[in-house]
Amino acid sequence: MANCETCKNKLSESCFRELEAFIDGLEDKNGAVISVLHKAQEIFGYLPREVQQFVAKKLEIPVSKVYGIVSFYSFFTMVPKGEHPISVCMGTACYVRGAEKVLDEIKRTLNIEVGETTPDGKFSLDALRCVGACGLAPVVLVGDKVYGRVTPDQVKSILKEYE
Amino acid sequence: MSRYKMHVLVCGGTGCVSSNSIQIVENLKKYLKENGIEDEVQVLKTGCFGFCEKGPIVKILPDNTFYVQVKPEDAEIIVKEHLIKGRKVERLLYKEPNTQTAIDDSKHMDFYKKQMRVALRNCGFIDPDNIEEYIARDGYQALGKALTEMTPEQVIEEVKKSGLRGRGGGGFPTGLKWEFAYKNKSDQKYVVCNADEGDPGAFMDRSILEGDPHSIVEAMAICGYAIGANKGLVYIRAEYPLAVKRLKKAIEDAREYGLLGKNILDTGFDFDIEIKYGAGAFVCGEETALIHSMEGERGEPTTKPPFPAESGYWGKPTNVNNVETFANIPVILLKGADWFSSIGTEKSKGTKVFALAGKINNVGLIEVPMGTTLREVIFDIGGGIKGGKKFKAVQTGGPSGGCLTEKDLDTPIDFDNLVAKGSMMGSGGMIVMDEDDCMPSVAKFYLEFTEDESCGKCTPCRIGTKRLSELLDKITKGQGTMEDLEMLKTLSETIKDTALCGLGQTAPNPVLSTIDTFWDEYVAHVKEHRCPAGQCSALLQYFILEEKCIGCTACSRVCPVGAISGKVKSTHVIDQDKCIKCGACYEKCKFSAIIKK
Ligand SMILES: Cc1cc2nc3c(=O)[nH]c(=O)nc-3n(C[C@H](O)[C@H](O)[C@H](O)COP(=O)(O)O)c2cc1C
Ligand code: SF4
Ligand code: SF4
Ligand code: SF4
Ligand code: FES
Ligand code: FES
Repeated sequence: MANCETCKNKLSESCFRELEAFIDGLEDKNGAVISVLHKAQEIFGYLPREVQQFVAKKLEIPVSKVYGIVSFYSFFTMVPKGEHPISVCMGTACYVRGAEKVLDEIKRTLNIEVGETTPDGKFSLDALRCVGACGLAPVVLVGDKVYGRVTPDQVKSILKEYE
Repeated sequence: MSRYKMHVLVCGGTGCVSSNSIQIVENLKKYLKENGIEDEVQVLKTGCFGFCEKGPIVKILPDNTFYVQVKPEDAEIIVKEHLIKGRKVERLLYKEPNTQTAIDDSKHMDFYKKQMRVALRNCGFIDPDNIEEYIARDGYQALGKALTEMTPEQVIEEVKKSGLRGRGGGGFPTGLKWEFAYKNKSDQKYVVCNADEGDPGAFMDRSILEGDPHSIVEAMAICGYAIGANKGLVYIRAEYPLAVKRLKKAIEDAREYGLLGKNILDTGFDFDIEIKYGAGAFVCGEETALIHSMEGERGEPTTKPPFPAESGYWGKPTNVNNVETFANIPVILLKGADWFSSIGTEKSKGTKVFALAGKINNVGLIEVPMGTTLREVIFDIGGGIKGGKKFKAVQTGGPSGGCLTEKDLDTPIDFDNLVAKGSMMGSGGMIVMDEDDCMPSVAKFYLEFTEDESCGKCTPCRIGTKRLSELLDKITKGQGTMEDLEMLKTLSETIKDTALCGLGQTAPNPVLSTIDTFWDEYVAHVKEHRCPAGQCSALLQYFILEEKCIGCTACSRVCPVGAISGKVKSTHVIDQDKCIKCGACYEKCKFSAIIKK
């Protein structure tokens, strides 16, 4: 998901206007909240409280309901992703080929847990379930780039590419 | 296709795209042009060939040459040698792992010999972005036949007679389901395609959508005609960007060709399809939860009845089928129910697609007739266990399923046999494990998954899966007791009996199916604080054997924490306080000098 180029995680006026235009253009607002949140996350990169409040107001539903949905679905995130989001596949195929050790090594090297972002905002870490490249297991994604057959000792050199 | 003398098919499935197959397409086109033969040779980007292990795959027709692990820079030699001079590029040919002989015709590969492609009939043959290619392979003919030659009742009858059962996990007879939805009269009905594919480690549905999206569009329209619905919805994971893109294109093209929309093929039948996005919740694959999610709610299941066929999307009769189920429909109408029901076993007709993965030589996507044995799948098609290790178990049915072992290898695969053996068909994930896999850890892996994915609505599942995964965590750390093992069993039975939806009811299966077969392994963790498979890092230390170490330094170079010391050509040692038990050194040492115990 591309962040809005002009604001890069900042909650700028133009991002809100883009979201507003999307909502106003909907044929039917009934039941549309999930697609609106998909759009919002595409625009802002994440879904902080301000965005959730905005969505609630525009769709005329309680904020608690929006929050209920954001917190239910793992695809939605309330913290901004790092400049280079790292996703480690923890699907079964990757798990049996040693994904956990790779994940541990990334956690250790960056000193963050799954779901966190490094203090400098450079990397964030997530665990995914099967990205569909099981033939390359274990699989790590940095942004859109796919690394296959990753071993713990390759972690350092992969991260180096982004420094 | 006839304008061209030769066709080069390049895999555009997610696996191969990840290893740069799109660049191969670009380079091939460039060299064809440079050599002035771009009008004679057609380059196509297709869906997954199934042989993802050795991707990127390039196949050349008409001679069926099958090139594996092709790099973008190999495009030049393929054009110059093969396409111009007619000489196959030996080094890119696939070699059988056991005999090392190069295979020059894909029909002779063990991987394909025992397969039968029905649902995957077009994957790897056509350009999924091109509706004309789908039409050239009898696409939309089944829809035409249904609309012009058959009544809705006849369509339902044909599907019933074929014996097709739902491929999404439950195995419910598809024709019967359609009949329920047909009989429920209403001003508005819906057809829903379940493309949520939540099983971690499975990618059957995604490959069909990526490789042959029109087959789903066509089948949904047929279903709409049969049950009397004119609106279809595909609920698809937002994490499948390529599948989404191809499906969108297919829907748009179908509209343009008058195969979706108003008055399809001048028959007065209207049908259109909308895409709804999932947002990463496994439970949304359950049909009632899926419907709530499509309505913009939290994806929490509700009790059945009422079934979706009575009261589904916005309270209207709704027919939910899985992607692979739909993919079978056009073929059934064209080739007939009798043809379809001649394949398979007595109660499970047709074929099944499996995502074969884990410790196996040929990781990939396969399709076999029901009734094929696990042994044939794992050892003939799958090429056996990686690295010559010993087979230990195969997991089917994902987080709801169980592990099958050596003694089950000759069981013919079908819905009922797998259940009888304590596992289930599930949606088609098949994970092969070898002697290095620890069964309590595998059970823990699945329980952590279900604990994470439990929607929290009912207590047995919300709290129960948490307790199960805590108990398993204790056991794999060597802190479990024999009472804990008993507790695992009773708790599992309770959850099974009392949870509200399929997620909770099947969540204990990975425990139940391993605890009896691998009882000794569980006990070893508890009584001897030992992990027989050498997986549980809390129970294990790495050592270097003085007599075997030649001092090559390979291990100390890979160790991420600098725990290994030693001079060149002298024995190395591991500092146990520093070691984080990552196992990198163990994998690296070529002299078997590192052991774990
Ligand atoms: C927890 C849970 C997850 C499920 N996930 C899926 C899924 O990812 N894809 C799917 O097609 N069916 C899934 N199902 C089964 C669906 O509820 C439903 O039975 C199926 O979509 C019906 O289609 P079929 O008859 O064609 O198989 C799941 C069921 C449960 C209980
Ligand atoms: S069994 Fe689990 S997933 Fe199903 S309704 Fe209960 S808590 Fe939710
Ligand atoms: S890799 Fe093996 S042989 Fe080489 S130094 Fe390490 S333990 Fe010794
Ligand atoms: S197991 Fe990992 S941390 Fe321990 S010595 Fe070997 S390479 Fe180093
Ligand atoms: S399990 Fe990791 S790519 Fe499929
Ligand atoms: S993705 Fe290319 S063979 Fe499967």
